[in-house]
Amino acid sequence: MIKKRAMVLVSNDPESIRLGANEIVQHLNEALVTYGIQDEVDVSTVSDINHSNILPLVVVYPEAVVYGPVKASDVRYLVEEHLYKGRVVDDLLAPPKMLTGQIGWLRGHKGYNPAEHRIVLERAGRIDPDNIEEYITANGYEALGKVLSEMTPESVIEVVEKSGLQGRGGAGFPTGRKWKFVRAAQGSKKYIVCNADESEPGTFKDRIVLEGDPHVIIESMAIAAYAIGADEGYIYIRGEYGLAYRRLEKAILQAREFGFLGKNIFGTEFNFDIHIHAGAGAYVCGEETALLESLEGKRGEPRSRPPYPVTKGLWNKPTSVNNVETLANIPAIIRNGAEWYRSIGTPSSPGTKVYTIMGNVNFSGVIEVPMGVTLREVINIYAKGMKPGSTLKLAQTGGSSGSIIPAVLQDTPMDFESFRKAGVSLGSGALLICDQNTCIVDLVKVLLQFFRFESCGKCTPCRVGTQRSYEIVDRISKGQGKLEELDTLLELAAEMERASNCGLGQTATVPIRDMLKHFRTEVEAHIRSGSCPTGVCEMAQEVEKI
Amino acid sequence: MTVQTIDHDVVSVVQAAIEKHGKNRDAMIPVLSEINHVFGYVPREAIREVRKQLHDPARQVHIAESQLYTLTSFYDMLSTKPRGRHVIKFCENAPCHVVGGKAIWDGLREKLSLENGETTPDNKWTLVTTSCLGLCSVGPVLLIDDDMYGNVTPEQISEILEHYE
Ligand SMILES: Cc1cc2nc3c(=O)[nH]c(=O)nc-3n(C[C@H](O)[C@H](O)[C@H](O)COP(=O)(O)O)c2cc1C
Ligand code: SF4
Repeated sequence: MIKKRAMVLVSNDPESIRLGANEIVQHLNEALVTYGIQDEVDVSTVSDINHSNILPLVVVYPEAVVYGPVKASDVRYLVEEHLYKGRVVDDLLAPPKMLTGQIGWLRGHKGYNPAEHRIVLERAGRIDPDNIEEYITANGYEALGKVLSEMTPESVIEVVEKSGLQGRGGAGFPTGRKWKFVRAAQGSKKYIVCNADESEPGTFKDRIVLEGDPHVIIESMAIAAYAIGADEGYIYIRGEYGLAYRRLEKAILQAREFGFLGKNIFGTEFNFDIHIHAGAGAYVCGEETALLESLEGKRGEPRSRPPYPVTKGLWNKPTSVNNVETLANIPAIIRNGAEWYRSIGTPSSPGTKVYTIMGNVNFSGVIEVPMGVTLREVINIYAKGMKPGSTLKLAQTGGSSGSIIPAVLQDTPMDFESFRKAGVSLGSGALLICDQNTCIVDLVKVLLQFFRFESCGKCTPCRVGTQRSYEIVDRISKGQGKLEELDTLLELAAEMERASNCGLGQTATVPIRDMLKHFRTEVEAHIRSGSCPTGVCEMAQEVEKI
Repeated sequence: MTVQTIDHDVVSVVQAAIEKHGKNRDAMIPVLSEINHVFGYVPREAIREVRKQLHDPARQVHIAESQLYTLTSFYDMLSTKPRGRHVIKFCENAPCHVVGGKAIWDGLREKLSLENGETTPDNKWTLVTTSCLGLCSVGPVLLIDDDMYGNVTPEQISEILEHYE
C-alpha cells in the first residue's frame, strides 16, 4: 500500500449535505486525479459536527487545517494549493472559534513542521481511526503477533527494559522495570491499566493518540498484559474526552471481532480483554493510586504507599499503570528492537517526546521530537519563533510535576537526565512559552490557584499549604506582601514536600521555589515598591509601602 | 447537549444507566455521570434510587446514600445543585491565562452578572471555571454545553452568547 500523506475530511451532517457536501467530495476526488495525487491522499467524511454557520467543512490532516464554508467551486483551487503545493489557502480558512471538540486536532496556526521524529504519533492523523484495517495495513497488531508467537513474557520485558523506555506520565520510571515487578508479584490475577486521565494544564498529547490511533493502545495493552501476566485491562479516560471514548469503544469492538481481544488471541492460550472507564472530573485522579480508587467507584483520593500498585493495585491485585504515550511506544519497540529505539534520543533518555507548545509563539500545537532537543530549538524551529515583539522570559512545563525554566536555561537538552541535573522537570511535556510581558507573580498565582482547587484535601500539609501559599502570593500580587512572607513560603514548601501524601502536594511547591530561585528581584519589587514591573498585577488601592 | 431540566422519570433514567454500566461498585461513577448528563445535576431522588437499585448485601455490594453524595461532590463533572439551561465553563489555567484569559473571564462575569458557580435568575446560564480542556493551542478557550470556542476575544463574547436560546 502506498503511504498516505494526507487525509481530507468533509463534513456530512444533513446541513452540510444540503449545502453541497456530496458535490465537494466528488470534486475532491476528481481534482486529486487531475493532480495525480489520488493515491497519496484519502478522502473521507466526518459527521457529528456541531451546529455552526460555516458548513460544509473541509479538514486537512495531518495539519488539521480547517476550511469552511467551502463551495464545490473552491475545491479544485484548494487541492492545487494545499494538497499539491502544500500551501494553506488563507481565504478559505474557517474562523477558529467555531472549531469544536468533534474535530480532534487543533492547531492555532498553520504550516508544516520540520524534522519531527514520529513514533508515538506515527499514524495519528494519517489513518482513519475508526477503521481497524487501516491500522493493520500500517503494521498494526504485527507486534502483538510477534510477541505471542515468538516471545516469552520475560523476553518481552527484557526488550522493553533494554530499550530504556521511561514512563511519559511525569515520573519517568523505567517501564520495563515496572513490568518486571508486576510479573514477579504474588498472585494469579493481575491488571494492566492505561492512564488516559491527561489533565495537566497545557497537555493534550494523549488525546491526539487516543483520538487518532486508538488501536495502538489496545495492541500495547495486550502486549503489556502478556508480559506481566494479566488477562484484564482498564483504560481510565478523562471524562471530558468524549470523542476519544467513542473511538476507543469502537476500536475495542473491532479488535474483538478480529480476534485481537478475547479468548485464544492469535490461536494461543492468551486471553485478554479491555474495559473503558470515564473519569468524572478530578485532576488528582491522574495520580495512579487515586486513579485506582476512582476505578473502584470511590472518591479519587490517593492511597498511602507502600504498598505500591505493582504489588497491591486495582482490587488489591498487582497492577501496572502506564501512561498513553508510554504505551504507544511499545509496538514500535517490539517490531524494531531495543537497539533501534536507543538510537533515537539521548543515551540516558532514549526515544522521542511529544510536546504541546503554546503561549507567545507563532505556532502552537503538538510536536514529537527526539529526546534531548533544547528549548531554544523548540522555540526557534518548531514554534517558528516568538511572536513579533516578544522575547522569551520563561517556559513552564505544565502541571503538577512541571518547572519554570528561565530563559538562561534554554540551551539545556530536554531529556530526563539533563533536566534532573539542572533541577528542572520535563513534566508532562507541556511547554508554555512566556514572553517579557508575563509577570512571574501572576503566573505562580494562577498555578497555585490550580493546586489549591485540585488538592483532594486528604492530607493537611497539602490542603493547608496550597491554600496559604496561594493567599501569600495573592497578597504579593496586590502589593500587600511582606518580605518575611517569602521565608514563610519556603517553610510551607519544605513541609509540603516532606509530609504530603502524593505527588500533587509534593510538587505544588515547584513553582514557588522556581519563582524565588530565578525571579526573586521581580517578586521583591512587588513588595518593596508596591508595583508590578510588567504592569500585569492589579495593585490594591491603598498600598502600604515598607 | 443542552442540559434538560424537563421531567425525566428518575426511576427509568437510573434503571437505564444501571443496565448500561452494571451493578457492581465500580459502576457507581459512570451511573452518576449518566444521571448528571440527563438532568444537568444529580437530583436527590436519583441518589435514593441508585442506592435502592445497587445496594445488595447478597452480592457484597454495600452502598449508602451518603457515599453517593460524597462521590457527587468530589467530582467536578457531577453537580449536586441544578444548573442553568446552558453551562459556560471557562478554562482558568496558565496556558489560557497568559494569552489573555483574564479579560474573557472578566467580560463573562460582567456580561452575565455572575460569579464563579452562580446561575442567572432566569435559569439560563451557569458560569463555572474549569481546569484545562486540552485545547490550549487555541486559547483562551471556553466551553458552552458541548460547544468549544477558541481564540476568544472580549469582543466576541456577546456574539457567542447570542447563539443560545
Ligand atoms: C497529581 C498527579 C497527577 C497525575 N496525572 C497524570 C496523568 O494525567 N496522566 C498520567 O499518565 N500520569 C499522571 N500522573 C503520574 C501517575 O501517577 C503515574 O506515575 C503514571 O501514570 C505512570 O505511568 P508511566 O510510568 O507510563 O509514566 C500524575 C501524578 C500526580 C502526582
Ligand atoms: S498531597 Fe494533596 S492531593 Fe495528594 S493526597 Fe494529600 S491532599 Fe490529596
